[in-house]
Amino acid sequence: MSNPENLGYTEEHEWVDLGDAGTATVGITVYAAEALGDVVFVQLPEVGEKLAAGETCGEIESTKSVSDLYAPVNGEVVAVNEAVVADPGVVNSDPFGEGWLFKVAVDGDTDLLDADAYNALTKED
Amino acid sequence: MSNPSPLHAVHEALGASFTDFAGWAMPLRYGSELAEHKAVREASGLFDLSHMGEIELTGPEAARALDYALVGYLSKVKPGRARYTMICDADGGVLDDLVVYRLATDHYMVVANASNAAVVAEALRERSTGFAVEVNDRSATCALIAVQGPTSAEIVRKVTGADLDKLSYYASVPATAAGHDVLLARTGYTGEDGFELYSEAEHAQDIWAAITEIGQDHGLVPAGLACRDTLRLEAGMPLYGNELGPEFTPFDAGLGRVVKFEKPGDFVGREALERRKAAIDNAVVGSVVKTVRVGLTGTGRRAPRHGYPVLDGDGNPVGTVTSGALSPTLGHPIAMAYVPTALSEPGTALAVDIRGTTTPVEVVELPFYQRPA
Repeated sequence: MSNPENLGYTEEHEWVDLGDAGTATVGITVYAAEALGDVVFVQLPEVGEKLAAGETCGEIESTKSVSDLYAPVNGEVVAVNEAVVADPGVVNSDPFGEGWLFKVAVDGDTDLLDADAYNALTKED
Repeated sequence: MSNPSPLHAVHEALGASFTDFAGWAMPLRYGSELAEHKAVREASGLFDLSHMGEIELTGPEAARALDYALVGYLSKVKPGRARYTMICDADGGVLDDLVVYRLATDHYMVVANASNAAVVAEALRERSTGFAVEVNDRSATCALIAVQGPTSAEIVRKVTGADLDKLSYYASVPATAAGHDVLLARTGYTGEDGFELYSEAEHAQDIWAAITEIGQDHGLVPAGLACRDTLRLEAGMPLYGNELGPEFTPFDAGLGRVVKFEKPGDFVGREALERRKAAIDNAVVGSVVKTVRVGLTGTGRRAPRHGYPVLDGDGNPVGTVTSGALSPTLGHPIAMAYVPTALSEPGTALAVDIRGTTTPVEVVELPFYQRPA
């Protein structure tokens, strides 16, 4: 599965969809989902929480490992995906779609990689 | 770079994700490790375990050499049978846990963990000095394929034609698979009925293909090392590097039953192990803290993991988690940990510090999972 051209990416293997004016939808990439293996637990930030880009804001746990989730942008959490909390396997089956994690009302500028830069990053290893 | 398994091309064709395991590139999973885990519990899984170490001892004094080198009483094992045992250092610390097959009166095969294979082979060579025995490390040319799960007997019967009613747990028999000689053993590390087939590396692809073909009608799926770890954890089986290591004697690990003091003559670690056993048996509070390996279960979905502190009711650290996961079969978190004997009774309420959150757990009997009789 390739990384969609219309999304922004982070070095922490998260994707950000800025398509919805002012609101960023955040998830993890297929690369991250495959590296983690079956996701069995996600802990998401709470609606209303203020996030600062680069800070940890949750956890994603697979059978074998635990990883932090990082806020990819500054802003306030406006929605979290309860369906993923209830059934974390969705992160593996549809990481760029139904497996989205949370939405942020973006505050200020964003600093994300484009699909080409992210593809280059994940080809290195 | 990692050694490839003799089945590497097969795994690549199956789309496996690989992991470096003790210098070997081995399949971690082929698709979903939860699906592979479930298949082993409900049908069967096919594992490549060619990274394991196989060391053969041959000669009239092979039995005596092993009685000296290991903590078990290997000269008592009948040909065609196998034993779970350990090799310790002179201080009684565990160098590795092993399965030893007696293939004939003067012929044994010691199966070691991949990470310890070279250490075990070297120790066996050193400890065999003065005995009429030859030690051959065959790890590089020996393949190991395992079929594990409730349908494994049907599959292996069809593949090998062997009379499995006569092959009991921890027994082995020479057999053929896909026209090649194999050692067929009824052993495993999953808590299910299962078989392990040792062969020459160059025959592994034929054997894998034959098992895959027969297995199609029996729900067999290729299974990676990720699910092997959750399967052995549910079965309460120790893993070297987690529950076992040189910092523990077998008594500390709650596996003192493998140490056979009754065997004649000296063995490496005897004196230290006798002292440690006496210290634990006569423990006075405050002098020797006897810790034991226990099972812990929790609620929710966050699992205690290797290295996390175990806390008592007052929040004081009393032990350490050695392995843990969200149990795929049971649906709740399970873990093994070392805790003081006084806190080891099933039903004891403890807690685990899961990344800063004190999470309640309860001591339970091992194993967590037992296959239906």
